[in-house]
Amino acid sequence: MDEDRRLADRALEIVVARLLQGGVLLAAVIVTGGSLVFLGRHAGDPTHYRSFHGEPHALRSVRAILEGAFAGDARAVTQLGLLVLIATPVARVALAALGFALERDRLYTGVALLVLGLLAFGLSGL
Amino acid sequence: MTTLELTAVVASGSFAAGALGALTGLGGGVVLVPLLVLGLGVDMRYAVGASLVSVIATSSGAAAAYVREGYTNLRIGMLLEIATTTGALAGASLATRVSAPVVAAIFGAVLLWSALSPTPVEHAAADARPNRLAARLRLAGTYPEREGERPYAARNVPAGFALMSLAGVLSGLLGIGSGAVKVLAMDRAMRLPFKVSTTTSNFMIGVTAAASAGIYLARGYVDPVLAAPVTLGVLAGSLVGARFLVRAPTHALRTIFRVVLLALAAEMIRSAWTGRI
Repeated sequence: MDEDRRLADRALEIVVARLLQGGVLLAAVIVTGGSLVFLGRHAGDPTHYRSFHGEPHALRSVRAILEGAFAGDARAVTQLGLLVLIATPVARVALAALGFALERDRLYTGVALLVLGLLAFGLSGL
Repeated sequence: MTTLELTAVVASGSFAAGALGALTGLGGGVVLVPLLVLGLGVDMRYAVGASLVSVIATSSGAAAAYVREGYTNLRIGMLLEIATTTGALAGASLATRVSAPVVAAIFGAVLLWSALSPTPVEHAAADARPNRLAARLRLAGTYPEREGERPYAARNVPAGFALMSLAGVLSGLLGIGSGAVKVLAMDRAMRLPFKVSTTTSNFMIGVTAAASAGIYLARGYVDPVLAAPVTLGVLAGSLVGARFLVRAPTHALRTIFRVVLLALAAEMIRSAWTGRI
């Protein structure tokens, strides 16, 4: 591996590290905020996790979660934070694909795009 | 139990799991589901959904620190993520077809394996000259050592790939990071240096979990009120645990953690057998 590529790899790795940290921090802030508001309103409510009912549709898709969050529903805000968390590794794969492309590494640009495609398939139901 | 009580119990339990996982290097995610299912009577599906989301947080949080140190190999990680994400998608769709007791029994088997598998030790790095397949895929690199950058190359790529697919399936089916299987694939099969294996594995866990998290969320398995204390608790616990890593009596903690895993494995399998889950 030549020196230029090694330095480019290193720079890419550091950008990726920053992105991961930023994503987790943002998600943690949103999740904390949503949870505190929900607890403030519903601290004494009984819980219902013994049997499975499935979440309401308002908490199952990106569009519904966004609508709920902007309408001020605390559970939707928390779920939005979890969506940010799920999006973080996806963004990091996209960024890696871009980095490999900038390094003119066709093989690994292809590999990263394939992983991105697999992730998109998993997230396509949202 | 009220929502506030449940949140407090789940958050402190998850904190302990995250801290213990980081301190022992055995991963705390694997005790979350048993904690929720056996300890609090939470339905298997809600537990797996919450655990899976929390795995992304701990992986991304820790990976950020590791990547900067220069051990993580982006190319090896990315190539193997083809295997783990494919496995994770298969595992998540399997989870919706398999009954809860079967999932619980598989979970028990994985706990048992985690409890009994030996702690990976640092071995001499494999021959630095890559074989043909590894050379073609450029699966080599260097990692920092006291004497300077040390070169390494991957071996047995197909075997590593197969093990990674299994790691993905288990992650998607059980909502765990399956870091132990990932390290097994890279450390034992591909003969990568220990530090490269553990950090690259950690880096991959988040991507693997994200692949199945979408499926879980769309099927209504992810409850925000339950997933929030799990995620925040484990994240805080793992950060605190990593900070005290150097000073902790690691050996004693590992023994304690193994006993906990063994007990959880027995209880999980018993519950699945008697139909309590």
